[in-house]
Amino acid sequence: MRRSVLPVLTVVLAILVVWYVAAIPMNIRESLTAAERAGAEVWGGTPAEREGRSAWALALRNPSVALDGWTQDRPRLPAPHQVVQEFSKATFGESVTSKKSLLYHAGITLGATMVGFALGSLAGVLLAVGIVHNRAMDMSVMPWAIISQTIPIVALAPMIIVVMNSVGVQGLLPKAVISAYLSFFPVVVGMVKGLRTPDQMQLDQMHTWSATRSETLWKLRLPASVPYLFASLKIAIAASLVGTIVGELPVQRGGLGARMLAGSYYGQTSQIWAALLMAAILASFLVWLMGFLERRTLRAMGVPA
Amino acid sequence: MMANVATLSQTSAPVIEAKGVNLVFQTADGPVQALKDVSLSVAKGEFVSFIGPSGCGKTTFLRCVAALETPTSGTLTVNGMTPDAARRARAYGYVFQAAGLYPWRTIAGNIRLPLEIMGFPRGEQDARVDRVLKMVDLEGFGRKYPWQLSGGMQQRASIARALAFDADILLMDEPFGALDEIVRDRLNEEVLRLWARTQKTTLFVTHSIPEAVFLSTKIVVMSPRPGRITDVIDSPLPRERPLDIRESPEFLAIAHRVREGLRAGHVEV
Repeated sequence: MRRSVLPVLTVVLAILVVWYVAAIPMNIRESLTAAERAGAEVWGGTPAEREGRSAWALALRNPSVALDGWTQDRPRLPAPHQVVQEFSKATFGESVTSKKSLLYHAGITLGATMVGFALGSLAGVLLAVGIVHNRAMDMSVMPWAIISQTIPIVALAPMIIVVMNSVGVQGLLPKAVISAYLSFFPVVVGMVKGLRTPDQMQLDQMHTWSATRSETLWKLRLPASVPYLFASLKIAIAASLVGTIVGELPVQRGGLGARMLAGSYYGQTSQIWAALLMAAILASFLVWLMGFLERRTLRAMGVPA
Repeated sequence: MMANVATLSQTSAPVIEAKGVNLVFQTADGPVQALKDVSLSVAKGEFVSFIGPSGCGKTTFLRCVAALETPTSGTLTVNGMTPDAARRARAYGYVFQAAGLYPWRTIAGNIRLPLEIMGFPRGEQDARVDRVLKMVDLEGFGRKYPWQLSGGMQQRASIARALAFDADILLMDEPFGALDEIVRDRLNEEVLRLWARTQKTTLFVTHSIPEAVFLSTKIVVMSPRPGRITDVIDSPLPRERPLDIRESPEFLAIAHRVREGLRAGHVEV
């Protein structure tokens, strides 16, 4: 843990540097317009003429105005400190029940994510058990599972929401279904591999004890697949979160996805970035949680610490 | 009750009887005759070793007895039943080449596994686990995990697991093949002691001549392509055998005959 601090900080620092530098040319045109309006002399001619010039040239020739790009009210690319300001205002400055609170939206997203993750993981495990035990399923399920993942979820999500809405299902469930649609796949792939790890000798051994298929499943295949299960769950829970956010985009009823889209409607870029930051924090927490459960489970199963 | 009836009848009838057993595997390269015309009779309480080069069918024969393979022709009975019925009647415990302990179960948990599957009540499971742990000298190791034990200890735990449900036949497929010579000697003595104590009919596959001669009352020499029996030697050695019996003239004479049998099998090929 301690050893990873320095490399992580280095990467964060590098990102911040690139970000601050990028914010200057990204926002330079707005900065110049504002400076001109305030009566300052700017290089580059009229606004129409400036359109033809490169953003880098404008930034370098107007050094006194360039840094204004970090403090605009409605920047194209908000500077990191602006995002952090927006994030902390929306997270700590609002009541948790307020629609302006990021925590409120994160809670909505988290709820649908967890339901979707549970549904998807369960479906994944059941499909894997079926694939391992049934030759017909072995031949037929996997190609369909792979095809299902080649359809862009952004195209599929509105259809799922519309179809479910037409049969009267709204709110959390349609989002959870989209989330489950993304998360079942890694679980199927991982669990099929995991359930097949016991070798022929171990299966023969079970046979000498006249064990049934379900005893072999519960006492041998499932415990043997636990490391594979957790590897899959880490991927699945992150995919669940993405699925939920995509499911929230077309329906403006709260959640981090809705917050991102609202931000882009009203030109509130720092709101989009703050919601993105919250989504990233949520994803890291969920993946960490899976890792924590994995360590606890494996220790309980006698793996040397 | 059942056990008593079985013991009475087995004083005369063989525990394992093979008559003209053939087994042909269908492989991509065509049929392979794994066993050819194998006939053998094993009486109750015997210790029978199967020795031969790889591919001679010694393991295949053991797997037929365990109903893990089915002979293509011939008859094979275990306790007077088909191998499959004998398996369901818990007639044998099988010790594989690798200990095959589950890393997520303790040693006691591993030994308890067949007892759970066979539906023994919980209290009896614990009593049986304690008893067999004592038998293989692993008292006090029940709560350890397999990775905390040496290879030899793991294989002893696997023998304990095969003994736990009191089958009266013990099938062992090169159980000490992966262990070093010193550990192997100790375990051989231990197997002899166990056998003397439990009187279990034991079938033991090995490719070590000293091991086969040291342990067995009967040595079955086999040769490959097709797998068949070339010699059956009834050992004149006493049942009580200290390790240094291996330097006695009787021992060396049997070892010599086994070696001759193995060589003869090779010349014919």
